[in-house]
Amino acid sequence: MESNEITKINGKGVYIAGNDIDTDRIIPARFLKCVTFDELGPSLFFDERFDTEGNSKHHPLDAEVHKGAEVLMSDANFGCGSSREHAPQALQKFGFRAVIAESFAEIFQGNCTTLGIPCVVMEKPYRQALATIIENAPDIDLTVDLHSMHVVCANQIFPITMKNSSREAFLAANYDPLDTLLQANDAIKVTAERLGYI
Amino acid sequence: MAKNLFQKVWDGHIVQQLDSGQYQIFIGLHLIHEVTSPQAFGMLHDKGLKVAYPSRTFATVDHIIPTDDQSRPLKDDMAEQMIQVLSDATEEHGIEFFPPESGSQGIVHIVGPELGLTQPGLTVCCGDSHTSTHGAFGCIALGIGTSQVRDVLASQTLAMDPLKVRRIRVEGELAVGVTAKDVTLHIIRTLGVNGGVGFAYEYAGSTISAMTMEERMTVCNMSIEGGARCGYINPDQTTVDYLRGKERVPKGADFDKAAEKWLSYASDADATYDDEVVIQAAEIQPTVTWGITPGQAISIDESTPDPELLEGLEKALISDALGYMKIPANTPIKGTKIDVAFLGSCTNGRLSDFQAVAKLLVGHKVASGIKAIAVPGSEKVDAEARALGLHKVFEEAGFEWRKPGCSMCLAMNPDKLVGDEVCASSSNRNFIGRQGSSTGRTILMSPIMVAASAIEGKVADAREVFGLK
Repeated sequence: MESNEITKINGKGVYIAGNDIDTDRIIPARFLKCVTFDELGPSLFFDERFDTEGNSKHHPLDAEVHKGAEVLMSDANFGCGSSREHAPQALQKFGFRAVIAESFAEIFQGNCTTLGIPCVVMEKPYRQALATIIENAPDIDLTVDLHSMHVVCANQIFPITMKNSSREAFLAANYDPLDTLLQANDAIKVTAERLGYI
Repeated sequence: MAKNLFQKVWDGHIVQQLDSGQYQIFIGLHLIHEVTSPQAFGMLHDKGLKVAYPSRTFATVDHIIPTDDQSRPLKDDMAEQMIQVLSDATEEHGIEFFPPESGSQGIVHIVGPELGLTQPGLTVCCGDSHTSTHGAFGCIALGIGTSQVRDVLASQTLAMDPLKVRRIRVEGELAVGVTAKDVTLHIIRTLGVNGGVGFAYEYAGSTISAMTMEERMTVCNMSIEGGARCGYINPDQTTVDYLRGKERVPKGADFDKAAEKWLSYASDADATYDDEVVIQAAEIQPTVTWGITPGQAISIDESTPDPELLEGLEKALISDALGYMKIPANTPIKGTKIDVAFLGSCTNGRLSDFQAVAKLLVGHKVASGIKAIAVPGSEKVDAEARALGLHKVFEEAGFEWRKPGCSMCLAMNPDKLVGDEVCASSSNRNFIGRQGSSTGRTILMSPIMVAASAIEGKVADAREVFGLK
């Protein structure tokens, strides 16, 4: 894949509080009716943002001050539930380029990695401090730095961690593994034969 | 060196280690459906790629298919288009497809096992998180995203990090009225919805060994709800007996040879684990959820939690969950009024689930005003249930007997809750809005508890309603 290395993400942040924010919440199942992912952006967190009459529920994503945010922060077990890639696709199409949380569900984290969205883990006290900064100064940029493994914001430095294989893949620009997988065609065939699959 | 099943199957399927540290793993069985797979064919097309091993992928339709009128074209244009794209792609790439009325259509995780496509020692994947179901046969069974569906179609491999293995031993005999569903809800309640992150779960112990394959599938199905990447059970004689005679397994002497190989994948007696948890079967009661995650569960005799006893985010989360459910704090869950009863899904939509309920349902009626639907998991389940006359038992009791599909588990088809209806559901997720209404409410429970609740019109204890002793 002709992807570029991902080392730093700069942008405004928005905090969506809550543990166990599942992929049904990130994108309700009715929006999965599609044969491409292109139009998913506006459906992100739809039922959290609008009531059944379509009135705004004043979700952080719709606050004027958070318009254009590119880094989403949440709490534990973000992205749990369904394997639907529609969830990270909707995040990306909405404009997000990185996610910070206490922890991530694994399928979601893997899907994000393939799309080039780093999922970084930050401990609670740091997230609380960062949430306060964002609340007080929503226009301020924060930088997610995968080299130094820090988030930098308002001259403060917040340590982060992430799955090592994902970090390696972002830094080496091969987070979409397809080309690498295909290069092993001969070895794949040998494995398939050895296992009696062909 | 002694190995557990995960290590044996994983090691055998390694193609190579990648620079990122991940492994390239060969996938033995790939299952696809109409919701997460059509886009992958588009991605292949964009890159000019073909399906590398089409004979290792099988397709069916389940998520979006209506359970009343399945005649084509479907009334929902987009649903029709999704099924058509899948159907065309399977034809173009030479993939076997089980459409409605083929006799083999159904929920992908029910179809694989019942055809005998799911066999011990396989790596299985599908663009659906409940792929963990297939672990019941001793497979590494992984839910994947659409880009990974693309990877498997194009290369028959996946890039994966290895997993740690936690053995969960459940020991002893389950009490009357306590089912495999209660076992899995109890495990999730105990270990948490993210307790399994980084792990494959090996379910073991005398309780698990005594389970039928269908019960084992229920347990493995919900591994993902506990955060585990997959869950599995070691193949044994029960596994072999289930597979004997299935359409896609070897016949005669070849079957015996295959069975010997299957049994060899079981964890060695002296295998080691990264973690072990022991649960006593006697502690497990009929379990139901009260909140918005499968871990927010209590036994039928317990009361909802009291957020006032908690602090900070925990307090807010419990309080918000109760608020969404419109269920009071510190109140018995039994007696909570329901509007809908749903029997079905990849968790509990197999023949034995309907048999267990039908046996108890005779002579009972669904309470007035309750909408009750029974949705067989596959055309085979439907046909077998009809042959046994089960559909009549359900209909006489006041259930609608529907055509196969995922139905109200995720409500991508017309089966949806309306407004803030409460559904007693045998499915796997009670997330906000999960059953098709953004204010709908789900209470997860076993099939016999769903039946008991349908009869009472409120969350009820099957042991009391059916006089189980």
